[in-house]
Amino acid sequence: MPHDCVMSLNVESPVVSTASAPQPLRLIDDTGHAVTDDAGGFTLPDPGTLLGLYRQMVVARRFDVQVTALTRQGRLATYPSALGQEACEIAAVAALDPGDWLFPTYRDSIALLTRGVKPEHILASFRGEWHSGYDQYEHRIAPQATPLATQALHAVGLATASKLKRDSTVALALLGDGATSEGDAHEAFNFAAVWQAPVVFVVQNNQFAISVPLDKQMHCRTIADKAIGYGMPGFYVDGNDVAAMYAVTSAAVDRARTGGGPTLVEGLTYRMEAHTNSDDPSRYRTAGDVDVWRRRDPIERLETYLVSIGALSDRERAGIRDEAEDLAAATRDCMTLPVEVDPLELFDHVYATPRPALAEQRAFLAAELAEHAALAAQPSVSRPSVSTPSGAHA
Amino acid sequence: MTLQSTAPPVGARPPATLTMAAALNAAIQDSMRDDPTVVLFGEDVGPLGGVFRVTDGLYAEFGETRVSDSPLAESGIVGTAIGMAIYGLRPVVEMQFDAFSYPAFEQIVSHLAKMRNRTRGRISLPIVIRIPYAGDIGGVEHHSDSSEAYWCATPGLTVVSPSNPADAYSMLREAIASDDPVIFMEPKSRYWMKEQLRLPVQTAPMNTAVVLREGTDVTLIAYGPTVKTALATAELAMKEGLSIEVIDLRSLSPFDDETVGASLRKTSRAAVVHEAAQFGGYGAEVAARLTERNFFHLAAPILRITGFDIPYPSPKLEEYFLPTPDRILAALGSWEWS
Repeated sequence: MPHDCVMSLNVESPVVSTASAPQPLRLIDDTGHAVTDDAGGFTLPDPGTLLGLYRQMVVARRFDVQVTALTRQGRLATYPSALGQEACEIAAVAALDPGDWLFPTYRDSIALLTRGVKPEHILASFRGEWHSGYDQYEHRIAPQATPLATQALHAVGLATASKLKRDSTVALALLGDGATSEGDAHEAFNFAAVWQAPVVFVVQNNQFAISVPLDKQMHCRTIADKAIGYGMPGFYVDGNDVAAMYAVTSAAVDRARTGGGPTLVEGLTYRMEAHTNSDDPSRYRTAGDVDVWRRRDPIERLETYLVSIGALSDRERAGIRDEAEDLAAATRDCMTLPVEVDPLELFDHVYATPRPALAEQRAFLAAELAEHAALAAQPSVSRPSVSTPSGAHA
Repeated sequence: MTLQSTAPPVGARPPATLTMAAALNAAIQDSMRDDPTVVLFGEDVGPLGGVFRVTDGLYAEFGETRVSDSPLAESGIVGTAIGMAIYGLRPVVEMQFDAFSYPAFEQIVSHLAKMRNRTRGRISLPIVIRIPYAGDIGGVEHHSDSSEAYWCATPGLTVVSPSNPADAYSMLREAIASDDPVIFMEPKSRYWMKEQLRLPVQTAPMNTAVVLREGTDVTLIAYGPTVKTALATAELAMKEGLSIEVIDLRSLSPFDDETVGASLRKTSRAAVVHEAAQFGGYGAEVAARLTERNFFHLAAPILRITGFDIPYPSPKLEEYFLPTPDRILAALGSWEWS
């Protein structure tokens, strides 16, 4: 390859992308003090609201830590932790009305928990059960999306349908920083803006896509800056400040509900845990990096603030802790229940319209299961290998 | 904006000579008049009426709320249709040309096809994706692909392809009414094929094959654009004393084993014709499953007369690529006839 070709990948960037990133919008700083500077017109939520958010974050973290521990014990196949991202997750859920729709990713289990989904239903898929263990229409939560950014388009479509039906339903899509590189993120942002869909995109910038840091993901200052290109508002928010995340996301939801169109909210946060239990973060970041962010913990900072204004007593704190421990115990208990699956159900939901070929395959599997069961009931007989006649299950 | 339909109820229309494009247009129109949750969007489907005019006049009748031009992004079209369907709408969307559907592959394969299964039947996606496909119209590159095998290889999708105006109307109405996602493959070389119709017309169920022409010696299996080719072949063969039974599959997924199998057991010989390349093509599935189930009725191996295993050629070369009656007859002549 000619030398200048290589160099062309390293040309100096235009002014915009080399400018330093702005300070994220925040209402409570790292040390737990209310910010006195202008915060873009956003004001601190009242103490009662903040206390509610605090309680939900504490409970959510206990759940997350418990599930990570259960995963290490081999009780779950995998679990993508949201430790450290509680402010983004809980603020997003708290900003929604019960009739609104949430479009989460695999990392957003604590958002489901906060919206009222039971632990055993959240964890169904991570235990190897059916993909989506909860009733989507009951909770108004789409299945947790694994293919990145794809759910953002579903959120835009649902929001547009709500608008066409003249409903007040708003959709909120959760995305990660890596997902914003996907084409579907671009298409979702663009469709939302063109159609003025009542949708809010909350991008949790936890700075890593498995191992790849954000500066290898994009070359602009912030993810929020990208909103400009679509003609929608974008907010760069301290994602570890639940007060700011809640204030901005609530305003975005209200704006969507009242016909103002979509908003992009970027919460700057940090993935404290590994990507999943099969990841090894020591290969791409240091313990020191993580320590910096530990000192910016979203729960400790809010706790400091609430105590300083007299809104959180020791008794209340103990009560919340008890609630969290009860949930952790319930989560452990439900993990001791066996995963009950029915192999024949594999065929039952693929199509609404019954298919003869699937009925044949279902009957084939049923016969195979019956044969195995009969053999298992006769332990003295050695089990012959089961032959599969070609075409018998076609 | 409102989703309440103000149009008069659907009634019988006077008999008229309709092209397949006009029959498809009428099917969407009648579905939209019947059901206010049916919405239509895609590239150029609004005021222009689509590049093949299949959606002509629908924007004028139903307005921006129910008929809209979308941004030029196929994944976005399918992805937003999925969200709309979750909220109770029945979107009909258009991929402008076969090869332009590929950006939507992930949304179709990972979400559209799997949503019902992964939610244990809670979320059905009643979405129709219309795809004008195949060649023989002198299209420039990327405008003549036969992409049906990709969709047929994906459990959760229903894949159909009409070959004539009557089926186009009836099958599209059934596809729009279906609670399953349907990939509706429209043979663009047959858009201008005309037929005298009195709408609304109801033909055989969408998921069945039909015997278009009875015969005793060979079962010739075709779908979409090659049905006309197969019928022409049967006509020629008759002059040579060969009686060909022509089957129009209509539904590619599911496959109508019963109708096709019965024909094969009668004739004991079968060949399948399609425009798509042979290797890994839909004909391979047809030949394999018919052989598995009917081996002892077969007098000869099942043949595939298809496009070559090359990318679809340029307009000046496509005549060498497409299966012709002569090529089909030559293939049938390669069997040992005792």
